[in-house]
Amino acid sequence: MTTRLFGEPVLRVEDVKLVTGRGHYLDDLGHDALAAAFVRSPHAHARVLDIDVTGALDVDGLVAIYTYEDLVASGGAVADRLPLLIPHPALHAPRTGYPLARDEVNHVGEPVVMVVARDRYVAEDAAERIMVTYDFLPPVVGVAAARAADRCVHEDVPDNVAAHLKQEVGDVDAAMAAAPHTLELDLSIERSASMPMEGKGVLARWDAAEGSMRVYSSTQTSTSVRAAVAARLGLPLSKVHCIAPMVGGGFGVKIMHPWPEEVLVPWAARELDREVKWVEDRREHFVSSAHERGQLQTVQVGFDDEGRLLALDVRFWHDNGAYTPYGIIVPIITSTQLLGPYKPGAYRVEFWSLYTNTVIVTPYRGAGRPQACFAMERTMDAIAESLGIDRAEVRARNFITPAEMPYDHQLTFQDGRPLIYDSGDFPASLDKLKKLVGWEQTLAEVEAARAEGRRIGVGLACYVEGTGVGPYEGAHVVVESSGKVKVATGLTTQGQGHFTVFAQIAADELGVPLADVEVVTGDTRRFGYAVGTFASRAAVMSGNAVALASRKVRAKALRIAGDALEADPGDLEIVDGVVRVKGSPAASIPLATVAVLSNPLRYAFDEASKAATQFAVGDTSGPPVREDDEPGLEGTDYYSPVGATFANGMHAVVVETDPETAEIKVLRYCVVHDCGPLINPMIVEGQVHGGVAQGVGGALYERMEYDENGQLLNASFMDFLMPYASEIPHIEIDHLETRSPLNPLGIKGAGEAGVIPSAAVFASAIEDAEGFVITAMPISPSELFELRRRHVAGDIPSLRRAGSQRAGPDEVVAQDVVEAQTNQEKPT
Amino acid sequence: MKPSPFAYTAPSSLDEALAVLAEVGDDAKVLAGGQSLLPILSMRLAAPAHLVDINRISELAYVRVEDGGVRVGALARHVDVERSTEAHTVLPLLRQALQLVAHPVIRNRGTTVGSLAHADPSGEMTAVLALTGGSVEVVSSTGTRTVPAAEFFLGPLESAVAGGELAVSAHFPSFPERTGTAFVEVARRHGDYAMCGVAAAVTLDADGAVVSARAGYISVGPTPVLLDLTAAVSGASVTAADWAAAGELAQSQTEPEADIHATADYRRHLVGVLTARALAEAAGRAA
Repeated sequence: MTTRLFGEPVLRVEDVKLVTGRGHYLDDLGHDALAAAFVRSPHAHARVLDIDVTGALDVDGLVAIYTYEDLVASGGAVADRLPLLIPHPALHAPRTGYPLARDEVNHVGEPVVMVVARDRYVAEDAAERIMVTYDFLPPVVGVAAARAADRCVHEDVPDNVAAHLKQEVGDVDAAMAAAPHTLELDLSIERSASMPMEGKGVLARWDAAEGSMRVYSSTQTSTSVRAAVAARLGLPLSKVHCIAPMVGGGFGVKIMHPWPEEVLVPWAARELDREVKWVEDRREHFVSSAHERGQLQTVQVGFDDEGRLLALDVRFWHDNGAYTPYGIIVPIITSTQLLGPYKPGAYRVEFWSLYTNTVIVTPYRGAGRPQACFAMERTMDAIAESLGIDRAEVRARNFITPAEMPYDHQLTFQDGRPLIYDSGDFPASLDKLKKLVGWEQTLAEVEAARAEGRRIGVGLACYVEGTGVGPYEGAHVVVESSGKVKVATGLTTQGQGHFTVFAQIAADELGVPLADVEVVTGDTRRFGYAVGTFASRAAVMSGNAVALASRKVRAKALRIAGDALEADPGDLEIVDGVVRVKGSPAASIPLATVAVLSNPLRYAFDEASKAATQFAVGDTSGPPVREDDEPGLEGTDYYSPVGATFANGMHAVVVETDPETAEIKVLRYCVVHDCGPLINPMIVEGQVHGGVAQGVGGALYERMEYDENGQLLNASFMDFLMPYASEIPHIEIDHLETRSPLNPLGIKGAGEAGVIPSAAVFASAIEDAEGFVITAMPISPSELFELRRRHVAGDIPSLRRAGSQRAGPDEVVAQDVVEAQTNQEKPT
Repeated sequence: MKPSPFAYTAPSSLDEALAVLAEVGDDAKVLAGGQSLLPILSMRLAAPAHLVDINRISELAYVRVEDGGVRVGALARHVDVERSTEAHTVLPLLRQALQLVAHPVIRNRGTTVGSLAHADPSGEMTAVLALTGGSVEVVSSTGTRTVPAAEFFLGPLESAVAGGELAVSAHFPSFPERTGTAFVEVARRHGDYAMCGVAAAVTLDADGAVVSARAGYISVGPTPVLLDLTAAVSGASVTAADWAAAGELAQSQTEPEADIHATADYRRHLVGVLTARALAEAAGRAA
């Protein structure tokens, strides 16, 4: 047997290309294309009164200026509101924007005018000279303001509520009333964003002679962009192709589509009969892509003397920004994934998705789960604190056990299907984590360090992640007459390592060397049916589709080889690209020859192909292509699951806070992760590393600083603080590999895992270090300093478990408060 | 994020540069390392009609020990100053500060004089110039003037370099004997502009008693702030000095403002904490 590649840390086949500058990202294409730039709204909420382009008309190199009126004049669907991608009955007031603002703008950055010019410099010169007159409207900024509804974003949605959804399992009111203990928590979590290194970008080539459009987009779903472009431009689907070239990160923001630019750039290319390109710059990305995470939450929990949940009543208010093109997927995920590995007792969750005059909210890696995990894990810590029980123990007491799998929560998940956990061994995961951390010993060390006046805390957080949601993905696998295997799948790649893992799967199934397999993703010319890359689904969905398609090819190869070798296909194996009889390897035929024989020929095109020509084949008893057969050694298959497969993980972090400066330092970060059998452990660990890095960013550094006027104050990498490598701790990882019963490979998704528990685990650790309750994330040193002052002032309760040794540093803070107050009294 | 159109000149001598600057005056910006200027141009926060690129004027690329201190030419990169053994021997504060200036790739390109002329009150070297009592030599086609630190920084991003002028060098005088220095700061991330930074110099007498304790601050005012804190610790030994008292004295003399990264109170708090830390560290080196 060839060494099985599944499970091996195979080096990524794409990296040589990527690290030697041959990756061909969007902006590496279309050097001769005209460049587009946009005049975007400088106001969060305003009516567009007038657009005066006269000042721009004499800019040398200007090609075209388009406003909403031009879209209308061109006819067709291009002037329509952008689509509501995922309708939901609870989304009673959906609103989407226009490709170019019609009468009103609802966030800073909304596109108003499109400029096409010789190059991007000229396009920006012209854009700068276009004068737009606005009539200001009062903006709604932040969840609290949206909830208060003193002002509204959309005139016809006076309460700012886009959607209201409630799910209840059991009788929460009765269970809560009967519970021996109850607690209430008010929590909040801030916005961050995907922030891929490469922003969005679109290049369109119109072929007037063919009436066909080729669109390159830095997207997570080329098939759906293709469909949207065809619909908006009134083109047959067969005349539109969309290709996602190498994509420099997506993290969710590029699953949202069609972006205004994805409609406008192809439209302009057709209008002008010229190649047109738009490449998003970083400032545009901050104000005209998407953010996520902003929520206010209240949790009421009832529990028994042992800390077991009896009733859980969660309400939250979700900031969906100015429009709801992606529906309410994010809050639905929050409301269902909140339960994590626990049995909640009676559960009621209710959310309101609210409009604000800020950038739209669509999934960002984790997609509602970091908020969910924050709510649940803050609750677990609060129960532990309230009863004086070890935090790990409280969690263990509430776990769903392996014997209870599959576990039906009796809720509806984000895919419209029942929320049923397929497998998982949460007690084993926790045991692994405690062992990895050295839980008891670490807690003892922390106590000892505190006795020396240091502020060290340990945090813990658990999550369950529904991965690999449907509806489906497919794959096409062909063995060419060279013996090389070409694999195509429709979903797209943003750097995850798909070219490697899909090749591993195909190579294993077909018995060929890895180097003989080449994978193509996200190119509608190669595979037209697909959904996209999101929800940690690529490995599960396309991985299984590649396996199934490869198995079809393998079966066909064995049948053809069996005929050639006069052997029973069941007695054959494929090793290193050669089909041979098990036990007598001399009786063999190369897979390449099998591929030749699979395609009966009249015309030979090379030496090898002569074997398939009409006077070379012996058997003339039946038609050259048998009934129910097709020429070619190829196969297509699809994987469509009944529901998501649920991965899980548990993280622990040890932090030290500076008693004086309130700086937060990560001493250790430990991850136990269970995504089923690992196709490539190195790639999975890379996913975890990247997720943790984004999680550290979201917990300690990043936030969207909107002022009361809806201006984003930190719309650059100078002030929006993504962590550098220097801010990311060493990450210790252990794996559990609990198979999924749902798919042939038994695998679960891993893409979002690392980021989900970050806010929760850091809140837990900082709370432990500081000795007072943390209810809002992210947290910066300045904020921690202010929290310390409020704690000293009695506004924030101490933890009961906070020992007397905490008094030392607190006194230091107390002095500061006096000083600060003294200082404030000084005349300024 | 593409700059507005501009004319570009790359003179190869100082005289040539001064002639160009004299001609285009206020419409010109000088390009040295470009680490601040280019982002500003790309974001169209500034649209100078003319860029005068001094990168070919090799006569300005020097770091010299002279006049009881270190003179840094306009084309000396931060890294040149940071790595200069001679400069470090005469004035260790330079390296102490430069190690906190952004990241190595930025220090490889950014120039020390350029960062002074940029006059960002968060720039570490502004506090070093202030604390050392240094000066900047400013030249134009009509003459040369030496501007002391106290008169060089006029406001945020505003220095005393006028239209038609070029800052050709900065002079950082060294400290008296038995002086120790330190630079401490708190930044959000490694290499970020500090929320508060303190350059400190403590001088002891022959018996080890403090005779001078002074500090320069970044990010707490519109220009670098220079404070003499000797009164709080005068005459004390290094181990007995009440550095926290010096920190409190500093707090009482600074009025920092809030931004998105730090509240005003937090900055003021950092002034106290970091003053104490910087002075103690500096005094330890003086002993």
